[in-house]
Amino acid sequence: MNDRPTLSRSNRMLLTTLEGVPGHTIVQHLGLVQGSTVRAKNVGRDFVAGLKNLVGGELKGYTELLQEARTEATQRMMQEASKQGANAIVNIRFATSSLTQGAAELFVYGTAVQID
Amino acid sequence: METLGIFFILILVGFFAGSHIEKKHLADLHDREYRTRQLPLINIGAKTPIPEADRAKLFVGSVVVSSDYFKTFVASWMNFFGGRITVYETLVERGRREAMLRMKEDAIKWGARQVVNVRLETAEMGGQNPNGVVAVEIIAYGTGVQ
Repeated sequence: MNDRPTLSRSNRMLLTTLEGVPGHTIVQHLGLVQGSTVRAKNVGRDFVAGLKNLVGGELKGYTELLQEARTEATQRMMQEASKQGANAIVNIRFATSSLTQGAAELFVYGTAVQID
Repeated sequence: METLGIFFILILVGFFAGSHIEKKHLADLHDREYRTRQLPLINIGAKTPIPEADRAKLFVGSVVVSSDYFKTFVASWMNFFGGRITVYETLVERGRREAMLRMKEDAIKWGARQVVNVRLETAEMGGQNPNGVVAVEIIAYGTGVQ
């Protein structure tokens, strides 16, 4: 297992919501990894969202904000996993909670594994 | 009197603009759902092995949808009397379809044959403030397999 370069050194990290990785077998389970971020909506976006709230429809500003935040949380999770020498994360779950008016926590967790 | 006038204007704007946006969105959803119909979404897969798959990737689709002034007003009345708040039912349904479509479209671009173990998650954006925006975030995520 040590004679080949670990995949985690590169950016290649397989993420799935399954319990395994199709086409690979899990060699080792390395435990739960998680990433989270708390983001505040900014005033400008809040103002636009307030206006948009009159007519309804998608709030693009918030969608983008949360997407960015979720990407960041995922990246933190991937960093944690690669520190442990994992090259895949399985059974990923997302969770969101709004802490207060104006701030939201994005949370993602999964199990770091080593696959062949 | 003046505040009443503003209130009626907002209700009217909310009603007409809101239903126009909703109608357009529903037509768009219908159209896109038809175009992406070849990609099956499957809820199982966590414990069931998928033998024919050899590549997998995570796909996430998310959307924040908000209510309009008219809906918010009607809902506050419905809240008083109880029962089904139909105006919000259509709102979350639109959001959920949109989120699933975004995930599907991403998966199709990557070349997925199906998306397995799909999960849907809903989060309220408005917080506890009753005067804040009424919006809900819906995300759909799953594993695309080839």
